[in-house]
Amino acid sequence: MTRFLAWTAFLLGVLYFILPLIGMTEFSLKMRRGEYSFDAYRAVFGDPRFWETFSYSLTLAAATIVFGVLLVVPTAYWVRLKLPQARPIIEFITLLPLVIPAIVIVFGYIRLYNTSSILPLTGSALGTDILLTMGYATLALPYMYRAVDTGLRTIDVATLTEAAQSLGAGWFTILARIILPNVLVAVLSGAFLTLAIVIGEFTMAALLNRPAFGPFMQLLGANRAYEPPALAVIAFAITWGCMGLIQLVTRFSKHERAKV
Amino acid sequence: MAFLELSNLEKVFGTNRVVTDFTMGIEKGEFVSLLGPSGCGKTTVLRMVAGFETPTSGAIRIDGQDVTGQRTNQRAIGMMFQAYALFPNMTVADNVGFGLKVKGVPREERKDRVAEMLRLIGLPDLGSRFPFQLSGGQQQRVALARALAPRPRVLLLDEPLSALDAKVRVSLRNEIRDIQRELGITAIFVTHDQEEAMSISDRIVVMNGGIAEQVGAPFEIYNNPRTRFVAGFVGTLNMLSATVEDPAERMLTLAGQRVVLARGEIATPRGETVTLALRPEAIHLGRAEGCEVALPATVEEVHFLGSVIRIRARVAGTVVALDTFNRPDQPPPPPGSAAEISFAARDVILLAD
Ligand SMILES: Nc1ncnc2c1ncn2[C@@H]1O[C@H](COP(=O)(O)OP(=O)(O)O)[C@@H](O)[C@H]1O
Ligand SMILES: [Mg+2]
Repeated sequence: MTRFLAWTAFLLGVLYFILPLIGMTEFSLKMRRGEYSFDAYRAVFGDPRFWETFSYSLTLAAATIVFGVLLVVPTAYWVRLKLPQARPIIEFITLLPLVIPAIVIVFGYIRLYNTSSILPLTGSALGTDILLTMGYATLALPYMYRAVDTGLRTIDVATLTEAAQSLGAGWFTILARIILPNVLVAVLSGAFLTLAIVIGEFTMAALLNRPAFGPFMQLLGANRAYEPPALAVIAFAITWGCMGLIQLVTRFSKHERAKV
Repeated sequence: MAFLELSNLEKVFGTNRVVTDFTMGIEKGEFVSLLGPSGCGKTTVLRMVAGFETPTSGAIRIDGQDVTGQRTNQRAIGMMFQAYALFPNMTVADNVGFGLKVKGVPREERKDRVAEMLRLIGLPDLGSRFPFQLSGGQQQRVALARALAPRPRVLLLDEPLSALDAKVRVSLRNEIRDIQRELGITAIFVTHDQEEAMSISDRIVVMNGGIAEQVGAPFEIYNNPRTRFVAGFVGTLNMLSATVEDPAERMLTLAGQRVVLARGEIATPRGETVTLALRPEAIHLGRAEGCEVALPATVEEVHFLGSVIRIRARVAGTVVALDTFNRPDQPPPPPGSAAEISFAARDVILLAD
């Protein structure tokens, strides 16, 4: 009986998630009257703005990942090594972006860094891009920090650090040659999550008025009928691709650890 | 002045004084063990030498150079940990070569040195393996090679054998000692295993509660333990109470028999009791040649250990352990039987407490 209930709940859940997707996909294929076609997809891929915004978001995602790794790996390492009692606090701070809406963050940015402020980042495209990257890094922080912290848990951080120090290594060498390579799998899964977040992000990019993929999706959605669902399917595919890569990397890491 | 000088080292964690006034000089090429029960401060002393802990007071000098304020990576020391601590992302060869790479040793020279070290530890063909592909003993050997590759001034070993199984432990400790002798490197070895310390050390520091109770060669520590703690921690010891008869003549009475000690100072006045200690191998079953003291005893337990038979017998109200060598023509007495035990006065250890 409980089995039956469980399966029912599961099926209901599947229907709840899958049905809209199927409907949307089906609709995106109906651009040509009376038959299924990929016309909508052709239209999306043929739009130069798709490629422009997509590559823009991809570039910012890469910058976000680099910045995030440089920020999170040393921080998580240092907290584990020297401030273990501060871990709950740090964890709480890294979770804040989940409860503070992106719109609050971005309004804060605009207030702090507007053209009449001391640091007028919003005054130039590059400055705004930097600001946007920081914003993305903030949004990705909860995922990045957890991934890296979990990765650090699998190695004996303190002893490996001391072993390296006794062999003459300084902090930079320890981080670059011992800590980072050992949490690489965790960093990669954090990176794919960041990529998925950045590609789909709308609020920050729109309010900072940058030509990102999120605002482009919105723009298309407001003006066309068949292309938006096609774009949504594409966006889903990208996100799922990222998730798949995380799975792959995690599988790889388990394989690595199983050998130990 | 000794090669490695530890002067009045003290370490306080919060309100907890963990190491008290630790002073000793270690000669170049010497193998010194810090021996003591868990929590007595052995690791803390070692970590101060390594630079992982800063002494609350006192100084550390290596080869005449004051290193007390130096960071670990400037001290040119090698360290072996209980938890192997090999870098999991690197091959064996890269692990061994790590210290050299950090030092900026050119690739060719590094390769030669790594090969030399792998030969030294008897694993010349395992350079391309990863740590997880090695047994515990092999990993710890690689850790030794890694520590030695950059030619450190001092080798520090913190219970490097505790995680290994008994057989490997014995063979590896001998190997460590052989390599240390061959290279003539100064070494400090931390252990709580007295047999381990005795078998491989030039000198042993017996520690208790953050204090070095006695420093000496294994033979000296075993045969002339200065305190009750040292005597009890190193080897098995039988304690017997005796009454002082004449302190100046070292004359005592033990279970109604007169015993004249061959050594030791008796500071206790006449009529008071003192504690005498005897190693199991100093007590003989029956009246042995050269033994002035013989006492009646009751055999309580007999443990046949192979070459040695350990007997526990009740003598003058206390149970003593005594060891006799196995002899095929002389079966051990059955438990419960009456026997006589004897010992020589020169084997008696007088404990100062
Ligand atoms: N970092 C530290 N902070 C507080 N107390 C410590 C620290 N390191 C060691 N101690 C304490 O110092 C004492 C001696 O520890 P240790 O030197 O590790 O002993 P051993 O190696 O002889 O077992 C122990 O009581 C331990 O709890
Ligand atoms: Mg210890």
